[in-house]
Amino acid sequence: MLTPYVPILILLALATGFSLVSLGLSDLLGRLRPSIGKSTAYECGMQVEGSARLRLSIHFYLVAVLFILFDVESLLLVPWAVAARSFQEAGVGPLVLAEVAGFVGVLGLGLAWVWKKGGLDWDR
Amino acid sequence: MSSVQTFDYAPGALPAAQGSTSEGPTSELPDDPLHGELLRLSMGPQHPATHGVLRVVVELDGETIQSCEPMVGFLHRGKEKSCESLGWAKFFPHTDRLDYVQPLMNNVGYALALETLAGIAVPERGQVVRVLLMEVSRIAAHLIYLGTTAIDLGAVSMFFATFKERENIYSILDAYTGHRMNNTYVRIGGVYCDVDENVERALSEWLGRFPACIDEYEKFLTGNRIWYDRNRGVGVITREQALAWSLSGPNLRGSGMDWDLRKRSPYSGYESYEFEIPVGTVGDAYDRYLVRIEEMRQSVKIAQQALARLAATRGAEVLAEDRRYVLPPKAKVHSSMEELIFQFKVVTDLCLPRGEAYHAIESSKGELGFYVASDGTSKPLRCHIRAPGLQNVQAIPLVAQGRLFSDMVAIIGSLDFVMGEVDR
Amino acid sequence: MPELPLWLVWVIKAAVIYGALLSVAGLMSLAERKVSAWMQYRIGPNRVGPFGLLQPLADGVKFMFKEELVPAGANPFLFRIAPALAALPAMLAVAVIPFAGEIELFGQRTTLSVTDLPISSLYVLAVGGLGIYGIILGGWSSNSKYSLLGSLRASAQMVSYELSLILSILAVVALSGSLDLRVIADAQQADAALWNIARAPLAFLLFVVCMFAETNRHPFDFAESEPELVGGFHTEYSAMRFALFFLGEYCAMTVMSCLATVLFLAGGAIPFWPDAPWWAELASFLVKMSAFLFLYLWVRWTLPRFRFDQLMRLGWKVLLPLALFNLFATAALMAAGVL
Repeated sequence: MLTPYVPILILLALATGFSLVSLGLSDLLGRLRPSIGKSTAYECGMQVEGSARLRLSIHFYLVAVLFILFDVESLLLVPWAVAARSFQEAGVGPLVLAEVAGFVGVLGLGLAWVWKKGGLDWDR
Repeated sequence: MSSVQTFDYAPGALPAAQGSTSEGPTSELPDDPLHGELLRLSMGPQHPATHGVLRVVVELDGETIQSCEPMVGFLHRGKEKSCESLGWAKFFPHTDRLDYVQPLMNNVGYALALETLAGIAVPERGQVVRVLLMEVSRIAAHLIYLGTTAIDLGAVSMFFATFKERENIYSILDAYTGHRMNNTYVRIGGVYCDVDENVERALSEWLGRFPACIDEYEKFLTGNRIWYDRNRGVGVITREQALAWSLSGPNLRGSGMDWDLRKRSPYSGYESYEFEIPVGTVGDAYDRYLVRIEEMRQSVKIAQQALARLAATRGAEVLAEDRRYVLPPKAKVHSSMEELIFQFKVVTDLCLPRGEAYHAIESSKGELGFYVASDGTSKPLRCHIRAPGLQNVQAIPLVAQGRLFSDMVAIIGSLDFVMGEVDR
Repeated sequence: MPELPLWLVWVIKAAVIYGALLSVAGLMSLAERKVSAWMQYRIGPNRVGPFGLLQPLADGVKFMFKEELVPAGANPFLFRIAPALAALPAMLAVAVIPFAGEIELFGQRTTLSVTDLPISSLYVLAVGGLGIYGIILGGWSSNSKYSLLGSLRASAQMVSYELSLILSILAVVALSGSLDLRVIADAQQADAALWNIARAPLAFLLFVVCMFAETNRHPFDFAESEPELVGGFHTEYSAMRFALFFLGEYCAMTVMSCLATVLFLAGGAIPFWPDAPWWAELASFLVKMSAFLFLYLWVRWTLPRFRFDQLMRLGWKVLLPLALFNLFATAALMAAGVL
């Protein structure tokens, strides 16, 4: 059952090997001449002020939450999509389609609500 | 609190397009869950989109610019002071380096100020050559605007398309002035040498071809939905704001103000040329883009008229015959004692009469003015350069606050300045 | 000839396909410069090898000898591992792409793909979705503000477009009734009218748009956007680690192009030649894939870049409703017996 996944492991080994070897070679061959100037983060040539590790705008989290909502939705649609043709052949296609439409309709309403609330407006 | 000074623009003064975004920085609260911490970011001086060494310190909330402050001075070379120590004539090469994408225009601006002070009349043909050079420079400068702004907004191929034509201009200028970039070809009283017929031919051939290139640029950008969305409604400057912030040139005209020094206070015989002044309606980046595109077309028209006049006045003088300020012809210097003395005086001890003068020209960026004051000696008392770029830089916070960080590059590009003249 | 053990066949197939992927990615880095040069009155690299063909190799060697910089304040472990994390998923996703039908390899009959999974389209999405980790971690661990902004943008963008990508693929899945890419490709085999580009044109359009966004390519390359973020998530990277980010990007482009070929252009199928041998199928597959790869370059060097909010608006307010509508329109048409 899991046999088809073995070649993926082989590919993983190959790809990891390539990445590690090329990075390792780069570490070995590249000449290191560190200096303070080189090791400062890029800030257009000025002194770095403050840290880049800070609390971010909540908007990014909002996008993430919305993504999870709709991602789960699309995951639930996968089995139906695969079986759509066989439902059709079994003669229950329109019925199942109506049920799925109800499911997505609820989420669509959710999307409409978020839209109306301005959750999708990046520039607020 | 940060040490950045936030300009206090009244929310009402901001254009409606920014709407709810301009409701003051709510992020000052330390524990505001909606806004996170402000990311204080130094954009420039070493940044690809700041067109030289401008530094803009921005404070970002997510992607939104909460405050921003442009800082200039990274390219300050003390040009105005240099003029005072160098003397009148030797400052010409330095004017090249002000707005270095249009050196000849700066040359003419400075020369006009000196001529106003000394009361020198430039011969007809000299004026025509100057107009020709200025309009070609204007096209070259607008091409730089177009190419660099397009590259900032991601249309990289535009940059090469515009630079290809600019290269042609530079080749022709090279054939005429002997330099591609820092030409220093204008003198007090006219221009250094007459135009060669070959140069005239090359120019008229190029001018005939160039409008098709503008059409091509427009095909690339004007109707492009992404370009339109990136520029329309971005950096809106109303007419009143533009006047209050003393903007000039395409930035002022883009805001709907019909103001062009070539029409309003003509110099070098501009009143006798036929051309139109394009004016925007909204005052956003897209309007400024359209204004500059149309200005290039108008410049082609003016340059073609100038070429026709050159053909009509062939053989006439291009340099005034005023031995107090203008070098005598070299042939005469070798044969005549008086001319040798004049040459010596002009080179070593060029004195302008006591007094002061201000003369402004319509450069590609706006009103480029030179204020010169003389105490009658060979050393200038004061030379002040009114560079339009500085005013353009000042306008950045006016339009950038409350906008997205990506708009910053569109705004900087559309305001169009060259740090060489901003910092002087 | 003795039959080769199965595992060796697997290793050979994996090595060949992986090598081909890397070669295509390397050639893409050359094609990018060549195509842009042709569009910009330039010549492009032409010094290393004929037509500059060895340029990618020379670049690789150069990157190896470059100095590796780690900015102060960076998280060294994450900073070092991020490029590999960004490159690996794209390299792994190629495993299930069916390049051609059955071939005979040293006595073993096998298919020309690393493996065949019954859920291969889910596998591509799952593995491909991991690519964002490398970009986020690389940007965040650099301790540079520009990198941070770049990786934030990248993450928001990729999750936004993944939805439409999945939904557009689902329309195709519904049409062929299988998640197996090989089955999807074979279902379109018989006739060009059965190609999904003809049966689900809207899904194709959505997929192509999402394909650009998912690989962070122009006009959606906000994570990098040189004029604003000066490189974005890879601002602080140098040497081979910098190169690996790009290798990953080109691999992702290649895999996406393969996916588009399989999903919408029937893989290696050739119209009016139903029993084409495997090499003809492979050639046809590569031609179709190259067309998509060229589309990437064509768009890159022609269009301006979107703004970030416009990108999010397009993703959430245009593409997502459209993709939902498209899925149901497809299902409804199927129910009506049209498709």
